[in-house]
Amino acid sequence: MNRILTKLKEEKKLLSIYFSAGYPNRNDTTSIIEHLEHSDVDMIEIGLPFSDPLADGPTIQESSTQALKNGMTTELLFEQLKDIRKTVSIPLIIMGYFNPILQYGVEAFCKKCEEVGIDGLIIPDLPADVYHREYKTIFEHHNLINVFLITPQTSEQRIRYIDSISNGFIYMVSSASVTGSNSGFGEAQTTYFKRIANMNLNNPTIVGFGISDKQTFTQATTYSKGAIIGSAFIKFLKQHSIAKIPEFVKAIKN
Amino acid sequence: MTEIMIYNINDKGYYGEFGGAYIPEMLYPNVEELSQKYLAIMNEASFQKEFNQLLKDYVGRPSPLYFAKRLSEKHNTKIYLKREDLNHTGAHKVNNTIGQILMAKSLGKTRIIAETGAGQHGVATATVCALMGMQCIVYMGAVDIERQAPNVARMKMLGAEVRPALSGSKTLKDATNEAIRDWINNPTNTHYIIGSVVGPHPYPDMVARFQAVISEEIKWQLKDKEGTETPDHVIACVGGGSNAAGAFYHYLDDTNVNLIAVEAAGKGIHSGESAATSILGREGIIHGSKTLLMQTNDGQITEPYSISAGLDYPGVGPMHAHLYKTGRAEFLAVTDDEAMTAGLELSQLEGIIPAIETAHALAVFDKKAFKASDIVILNVSGRGDKDLQNYIDYFKL
Ligand SMILES: Cc1ncc(COP(=O)(O)O)c(C=O)c1O
Repeated sequence: MNRILTKLKEEKKLLSIYFSAGYPNRNDTTSIIEHLEHSDVDMIEIGLPFSDPLADGPTIQESSTQALKNGMTTELLFEQLKDIRKTVSIPLIIMGYFNPILQYGVEAFCKKCEEVGIDGLIIPDLPADVYHREYKTIFEHHNLINVFLITPQTSEQRIRYIDSISNGFIYMVSSASVTGSNSGFGEAQTTYFKRIANMNLNNPTIVGFGISDKQTFTQATTYSKGAIIGSAFIKFLKQHSIAKIPEFVKAIKN
Repeated sequence: MTEIMIYNINDKGYYGEFGGAYIPEMLYPNVEELSQKYLAIMNEASFQKEFNQLLKDYVGRPSPLYFAKRLSEKHNTKIYLKREDLNHTGAHKVNNTIGQILMAKSLGKTRIIAETGAGQHGVATATVCALMGMQCIVYMGAVDIERQAPNVARMKMLGAEVRPALSGSKTLKDATNEAIRDWINNPTNTHYIIGSVVGPHPYPDMVARFQAVISEEIKWQLKDKEGTETPDHVIACVGGGSNAAGAFYHYLDDTNVNLIAVEAAGKGIHSGESAATSILGREGIIHGSKTLLMQTNDGQITEPYSISAGLDYPGVGPMHAHLYKTGRAEFLAVTDDEAMTAGLELSQLEGIIPAIETAHALAVFDKKAFKASDIVILNVSGRGDKDLQNYIDYFKL
């Protein structure tokens, strides 16, 4: 079974961490993944850097740009990941924009993902209907789960549609924002989290965007299966060595 | 009649294989709302009335179709200039911003955002926001803010806030990214006025329809002057492609009309400093649209170069990608030097100082021979006032 599905069955709230592959240094990718696994993180999103990350705030834009400057490419990412399944067993998801994947070739990309042991993909600018029409069979053939986003503005009807074409979890964007805005969660978010929880969707939700510490993690996971931390982790990496990763995770989980 | 709509958009939002809406879910409600409503709104009698009234009384339309006698003699063909340079604010851009501000009003939006490169679209947007009393925020690359000080001042004087785009290469593509991020952050009260026939569906089609007034007028103006609605050639420069889309629009499916799209070759197509997107680009996704764009083998979008700030966009609208791919339009690339020479030539033969963007289109007369009997329409997309410093530096005036 796909590792994501197995993980979602566990009776606990899941912590997923996002980072940009090739940042801070080109060859940090596998070391970061291994440190995250040893720190008891539940799932990892590996960011495939892109020159024009539309849905990202300054922190991830910067790490993405730096990774590209470091010489990061799609091919190199697969090269770095080729032995990752010898040391890492938690679910690994690649999060990237559609153009680099399109240039690599969607089929070739999915095949490579399967070979190195990637379990799922998050492609923010690949719309659900285009995925459904053109790429679903390719993804499924390579045992990849495609994860869709919903936001506070997504209509109930569309949430139901997205739920119907999902087969893992739904990425619930916490607020109307790009990544990295962390003003904390207020009344509006709680109402939204509750509203989605009350919809009794077939797929669990994992909340992302704006989660930066224990408090926001707890708030987000009160009504959902887990939460994803991105910008806050990248800021941490900017200031601390990879060896310090367990401290970052501990501060959130304990 | 069976040919109708082959070159125009289909009901799924694609021109052939190009177009669509490759947008993050955060933008879906806004783009979907626009997609559902734009045609109905544009077709309302009250919308049409207000749009046409403003184009007439405020923009100064119809823009003249002028027979350029001396230019025609020089190049031994019959050249008509479509004078978009005479529009209020000095370019074709305002046709689109008038249309979109009315669209924003119909949608109940109160806050306007836009991207700009050279500042022409920013000025045209700030202008209509002043006209309608709407809040206006224009994103502009930090590098372009430095290069285009007079237009920055114009926007401020018109009451707009100019926000620098500090990411990436700090030029037009990054300003567009910032505008899109703003829209994600402000999903309910904001309308994004895109400045060309780019972006996710329905923008390319909506902008093309607002610019289509150009060829609509050409048809009756030419009929008046030559007894025919149909020229042999229509020439326009292409950045994102909006003035060309407008000049081509009513001729798209009339294959008797040769459409010539002119891109900026910068220092030479293969110099590494060029913006000849169709020729150098490959199929991909930029700003929500599947089209041709300049990119690395790895799918990273690259920075174009042209002396003309209005042409250095790494993509091209999906309509033009389709016109290129199908061979419906002829695509030519013109270098900085060729354009500057042609700009000077028009100034001295006809007393019209063109925008450097337009000068690229004019350079076609030095590259391609037309028959003496041919009727050639050239769309003068804008005037050269904004480019004076460039002309001064180039010609050491
Ligand atoms: C005068 C003028 N012409 C042409 C362009 C290029 O844009 P488009 O290709 O959308 O007409 C611009 C853009 O700023 C412009 O200012």
